[in-house]
Amino acid sequence: MIGEFLQWFTDPVHWTGQDGIPNRLLEHLGYSVLALVIAAAIGIALGLYVGHTGKGTFMVAGFANALRALPSLGLLFLVTLVLLDALPNTLGQFLPALLVLVILAVPPILTSTYAGVQNVDPAARDAAYGMGMTGREVLVKVEAPCALPLVFSGLRSAMLQIVSTATLAAWVGLGGLGRLLQDGQSVQDYPQMLAGAVLVALLALVMEALLAGVQRFSVPRGLTGRGARRARATTASEVTKPTFSTEPEDEPVAAR
Amino acid sequence: MDWLEVVVLFLQHLWLSVVPLLLGLAVAIPLGWLARRYRRLYAPMLGVTGLAYTIPSLALFVALPVILGTQILSPVNVVVALTIYTLALLVRTVADGLGAVPDDVRQAALAMGYRPLPRFLRVELPVAVPVIGAGLRVAAVSNVSLVTVSALLGVPQLGALFVDGLNRAYLAPLITGIVLCVVLALLLDGLILLGTRALTPWQRERGAT
Repeated sequence: MIGEFLQWFTDPVHWTGQDGIPNRLLEHLGYSVLALVIAAAIGIALGLYVGHTGKGTFMVAGFANALRALPSLGLLFLVTLVLLDALPNTLGQFLPALLVLVILAVPPILTSTYAGVQNVDPAARDAAYGMGMTGREVLVKVEAPCALPLVFSGLRSAMLQIVSTATLAAWVGLGGLGRLLQDGQSVQDYPQMLAGAVLVALLALVMEALLAGVQRFSVPRGLTGRGARRARATTASEVTKPTFSTEPEDEPVAAR
Repeated sequence: MDWLEVVVLFLQHLWLSVVPLLLGLAVAIPLGWLARRYRRLYAPMLGVTGLAYTIPSLALFVALPVILGTQILSPVNVVVALTIYTLALLVRTVADGLGAVPDDVRQAALAMGYRPLPRFLRVELPVAVPVIGAGLRVAAVSNVSLVTVSALLGVPQLGALFVDGLNRAYLAPLITGIVLCVVLALLLDGLILLGTRALTPWQRERGAT
């Protein structure tokens, strides 16, 4: 089985043309990134709005929970079937699937963005208002940057959902790596299905690692650098220590 | 549409969603305990389960036959794949739930003479039940949705109604399938919620006063 699988994988026929691995991979990646960008624009904007103003909080929780219970495969087939007749052929090929990918990706982004804004240290928010910032400035300069780590964890779970559902979308004509699975199944070509499965899994893992990496770099230094600042503070106290060390009672204070 | 057929699909769906839930919980409890007991294991354990959770369900359904030596149509693949996902969700929940047990509760149990295993089973685990229950609810609802995917490979459950609806361009089976999936998800969600309440009578009393 493994031998057949490797044979399928190394066959140059499977690396060229529309059905080739590079093309299917690019299709999958293209739809996934496009869906993520659209979903991020909607989810982050709504999440920041709800988190900042506190309006529509109930909607966020209800929306996310209701969508979790909906089976994504059923939603994909339903939207495709309903829109198929309403759309011209070229659009009908990919618009329903793209729509479903966006619908599934918005809730995780929305809820985690909202949670990120909610979790901002109230003292930081108060300090920003105290410095004379307007509501919009507080949102852009304080709340949004502080929420960034959680926004990214939302983007990561959204991307997982998208890559996974985009695989299913091959059954409604979207192309992508799911086609290897679908085509393989229709002709009982298990090595081809296995190749598709491995490629999809690899794509998901790579996207996850990539977003995790970007997340690490995007978090504001003020949030991650807490350890560094504390280290600087202790060295500063050590520098000033000699002036106080004449007093014997200083020791317990320094230890604290 | 044959209603008997739909009922059979519903029951098959129920079975495919619940068995992995119970298996995943049974494995997650000792693993979560280990992650708590030996703190160094916590991060790597969550790393490995997180990695498994990253793999899309259809890919896992297709890849498992090679590892398990099963047929591609076998429901065993679905059960094993969903057990892995459930486990990935629950290991963290169990470890965090056990970690949230107040230290004075643990100390009191120790002072009352509980040996480590009874202390875990009769004090720490019950106190962690609300947290574990919350994780179990998420896993149950997500399992119901994930099971449908295996219909693309021909494993019979409610997802078969989706495929049937798409192939015949007929909305009735498709919508029936979706509604029954949501009903099943809400049913399991409600049952776990009730079970959690029944297992934690002290929380109800606190709420009443």
